[in-house]
Amino acid sequence: MALNSKIPQGDIDKKWSNYKGHVKLVNPANKRKLEIIVVGTGLAGASAAATLGELGYKVKVFCFQDSPRRAHSIAAQGGINAAKNYQNDGDSVYRLFYDTIKGGDYRAREANVHRLAEVSVNIIDQCVAQGVPFAREYGGYLDNRSFGGVQVKRTFYAAGQTGQQLLLGAYSALERQVALGSVKQYTRHEMLDVVEIDGKARGIIARDLITGKLERHFGHAVVLCTGGYGNVFYLSTNAMGSNVTAAWKAHKKGAFFGNPCFTQIHPTCIPVSGDHQSKLTLMSESLRNDGRIWVPKNKDEKRKANDIPEEERDYYLERRYPAFGNLVPRDVASRAAKERCDAGYGVGTTKQAVYLDFRYNLINKYGRAEASKLGIENPDEATLVKLGKEVVKEQYGNLFDMYEKITGENPYEVPMRIYPAVHYTMGGLWVDYELMTSVKGLYALGECNFSDHGANRLGASALMQGLADGYFVIPYTIGNYLADEIATKPISTDSKEFLDAEKAVADRITTLMSIKGTKSVESFHKRLGKIMWDKCGMARNEKGLTEAIAEIQALRKEFWKDVKIPGGINEFNPELDKAGRVADFLELGELMCRDALDRKESCGGHFREESQTEEGEAQRDDENFKFVSAWEYKGESEWVLNKEDLIYENIKIAARSYK
Amino acid sequence: MEHYNMNLTLKVWRQKNSNDKGGLETYQVKNISSEMSFLEMFDVLNEQLISEDKDPIAFDHDCREGICGMCSMYINGRPHGPWHATTTCQLHMRAFKDGDTIVVEPWRAKAFPVIKDLVVDRAAFDRIIQAGGYVSVNTGVTVDANATPIPKSDADKSFAAAACIGCGACVAACKNSSAMLFVSAKVSQFALLPQGQAERESRVLDMVAQMDKEGFGSCTNTGACEAECPKEISLENIARLNREFAAASLSSEE
Amino acid sequence: MAKESFFSSSIGRKLIVGLTGLFLISFLVIHVGINALILLNDNGETFNAAAHFMSHFWLIRILEIGLLVGILIHIALTIRLTIENRSKRPVQYAVSAGNANSKWYSRSMGVLGSLLLLFLVVHMSDFWWATKKALYITKEADNPYEQIITTLSNPIFLVIYVIGVFSLGFHLLHGFPSAFQSLGLNHKKYTPIIKAVGTAFSIVVPGLFAIIALAVFFGLVQ
Repeated sequence: MALNSKIPQGDIDKKWSNYKGHVKLVNPANKRKLEIIVVGTGLAGASAAATLGELGYKVKVFCFQDSPRRAHSIAAQGGINAAKNYQNDGDSVYRLFYDTIKGGDYRAREANVHRLAEVSVNIIDQCVAQGVPFAREYGGYLDNRSFGGVQVKRTFYAAGQTGQQLLLGAYSALERQVALGSVKQYTRHEMLDVVEIDGKARGIIARDLITGKLERHFGHAVVLCTGGYGNVFYLSTNAMGSNVTAAWKAHKKGAFFGNPCFTQIHPTCIPVSGDHQSKLTLMSESLRNDGRIWVPKNKDEKRKANDIPEEERDYYLERRYPAFGNLVPRDVASRAAKERCDAGYGVGTTKQAVYLDFRYNLINKYGRAEASKLGIENPDEATLVKLGKEVVKEQYGNLFDMYEKITGENPYEVPMRIYPAVHYTMGGLWVDYELMTSVKGLYALGECNFSDHGANRLGASALMQGLADGYFVIPYTIGNYLADEIATKPISTDSKEFLDAEKAVADRITTLMSIKGTKSVESFHKRLGKIMWDKCGMARNEKGLTEAIAEIQALRKEFWKDVKIPGGINEFNPELDKAGRVADFLELGELMCRDALDRKESCGGHFREESQTEEGEAQRDDENFKFVSAWEYKGESEWVLNKEDLIYENIKIAARSYK
Repeated sequence: MEHYNMNLTLKVWRQKNSNDKGGLETYQVKNISSEMSFLEMFDVLNEQLISEDKDPIAFDHDCREGICGMCSMYINGRPHGPWHATTTCQLHMRAFKDGDTIVVEPWRAKAFPVIKDLVVDRAAFDRIIQAGGYVSVNTGVTVDANATPIPKSDADKSFAAAACIGCGACVAACKNSSAMLFVSAKVSQFALLPQGQAERESRVLDMVAQMDKEGFGSCTNTGACEAECPKEISLENIARLNREFAAASLSSEE
Repeated sequence: MAKESFFSSSIGRKLIVGLTGLFLISFLVIHVGINALILLNDNGETFNAAAHFMSHFWLIRILEIGLLVGILIHIALTIRLTIENRSKRPVQYAVSAGNANSKWYSRSMGVLGSLLLLFLVVHMSDFWWATKKALYITKEADNPYEQIITTLSNPIFLVIYVIGVFSLGFHLLHGFPSAFQSLGLNHKKYTPIIKAVGTAFSIVVPGLFAIIALAVFFGLVQ
């Protein structure tokens, strides 16, 4: 099937304004007759639902948590990018566009990314107007910090809780619409299928997680904002409940899945401490502003970190990438950490960790600055440490506290131990310029879609994309579709298509419950995660991926024969909820491995060992792989690959170098 | 830090659904690592219950990094357990020692009915926000973000109030089941910012009215909420709420 | 949305509790000041003169009515609040570690207040009623000093008196700063001062009452 990405004609910097100028509109009286279903209440979902409600559409919004405010966007720490150039350091829309394309290793669609950079500035205005308390300088103006893969300071932040503040902003806008009656909110509800009528998405089947009852909901359009699928790895920085189910059901109903193998492994997470581990915790990328990453030069180093002298430390990022140093993009930093640990230089009991050390900047950057402010001449080291600590505390206090709670070590005294962990999925449902999937009337926003980050996302860009899609893109693009739907009367949820879809969902739940096997859902999830991490993780090769596909298929069979789910259907039953999600992960995992196997090049977060330079850097193959893989579901273990060629008219593609 | 393993006795509140009476059940867990989080210890217990063909314990949790506000256990008489400024998911088993008995109950408040076991319904918080916990601004404003400078100290105070995660520990800790800390945090966030001024009076009146309607108790200034708040939201916010409410109430024309 | 009236709102009522509390605190200053005159050990002359002034000066007698109203409002509101607050937690915790997050006396204002009320009933019937009886009914010249010496020499009354003073102390220890918080007065710089003054007040005022009683009982004041 030919993919039509519907990219508007014209110059890159005019495409979006041209589109907005010519897009079909729906008049206010008609908007009231049009119903939209939004699934998910993270940054994309909450902002979309609120904005569509403001416009006058009748919106229903669903989330599986007990409140929209709990969605996992809340956990984003470091910040949100915007091309405001408040720092006068040479930033511009073009530069943000360029950095994002380059950061994504030239696997993102130019037009989408440029639009993202354009609306980034509106996001900050909008959030400030909502009362989001961003960090400010003493003069009262907004402060910025720098993030990886970038040489300007364009990241807006609120301590280490930027995602929380942005989500609460969107959540409050959403709750305002709920109060006004334009949005109806369904919490503790999980979407379990998309209902398609005559080739168009017309509603969903949702399950009330408290009573276990299935519900049928109609919508003229369905907007999925259900986040990423990093939990396929079992251990990730995602929330426990983050899942692929909504996107996967859409995929099985005809929405293509774009670049499923593009996953981001974040370099600075707290290492795994044992088999009991249920999730991994991120230490914000912003820490790399001031933390230096190193391992000992000796393989069998027994000394404590602070006892290892300077000349026996290998600051490997500064050594390999002098231009960007510790602020190289995430994929590069992660691979470099893995390389050192694999070579036997890792630290800590498991040897699967590297040091992130603040002492140098604590003393030399902050300590000295404070000392000179206070007029202390020739300060001794103890004084510098004391003064520096205060500043570091103000900047990263909450992260340091979190580290100490988890590890029992004080990062002001000893270097943090960190290791890469699964964090974000660049892949997702394939969407066109209007964010519509390959199913008419079905949209995907935020991390749920594949569109803006190519093969690697830059730090502080996920928040930007979620809010861009929800606040500023979908309100325009959905109108273009709904303008032709004003004559469509609400379809009865007693129609055959709704009843059939509900029955299929009910049957699947009954089947799951009737297996009554011997192994818990959790045990299957763990095993799937191990296969994915070992064979489709930071480094991938043909042999491993081929094995992984067979192993996942076998595991899936075993799951459907031997899974044990306690409790009943019509009650609050988290184990049953989880079983449905793991069942979907068991299908997605296979597709990810197939995609990774098919993409024989290395690019961004996808590193094929067969495709690397002599220095061990990722080797892209633009001649053969400059395309988006859009997988079409045909049946169990059967997919057809559709390709969307990526055309770069404004950026000259080159080898990505951070040296 | 030395790692160690421990055996524990757990007394956990079990309640099938909102109509069930419920009661404490006793469980034993063995070989719990001091490196585990409290919820990972519960994962172990639940796997054990599943293997024994028993119903696992329902508890709310999601991000497990102390920010979503979903986790909500009352541990040994304290919301979120013994550590200061820490959510249940960030509480680690290092806080306990071999042979300890741990009593785990759900949040208890008329406004937070139990759904099952340790899971409670906190929708009342959403309804309080719906009553006025926002700035009424539609998407698409064109005022530049830097058009109005905001003194850093105000922005910082506003942020400190906005850090509330809406977990409900304040209500659980308060002997009156008062939601004043939660409401005051949201009212303060906006009262401190220029963007919040237009609706300053109606916001505080509406939110307090909704708070009272939801069946939360009133504040008697014991300070338990502040002491137990995982985000260290200050009592200063409650004083500000009192102030804002009195001023708005007296000047209101209704 | 329908607005609550100030007086039916939880915050409005708390505010009035705080205001009446502060008003009662101001009365305590005068009360303890006059009582302290007993310690002059001048056979009650100064004390009786002051008491006479208080019971006969017209302005004070008007204020007295205000005081009575204040006490009644304070009591009525707090009883109502306590009962309402109790109902907000239908199922109690099996284990509660209240001392980990708050002071026992902050959580026991209802109990302390009730003790105080009981004491007040006894106290009023002993002293206040006697004065009023002398003033309006028997029209005799009263001698409050004599009255005090007689009453406090009785060990049963002394115990009641000491319990009352003890309750007052802890009631004030929470109530004094709490009233300011209810009025919305919380400030980084001033709140520590208010707390310090409150603590000093809660020790000094009930302490003086207690010292006077003990001095009388042990015959140090003749």
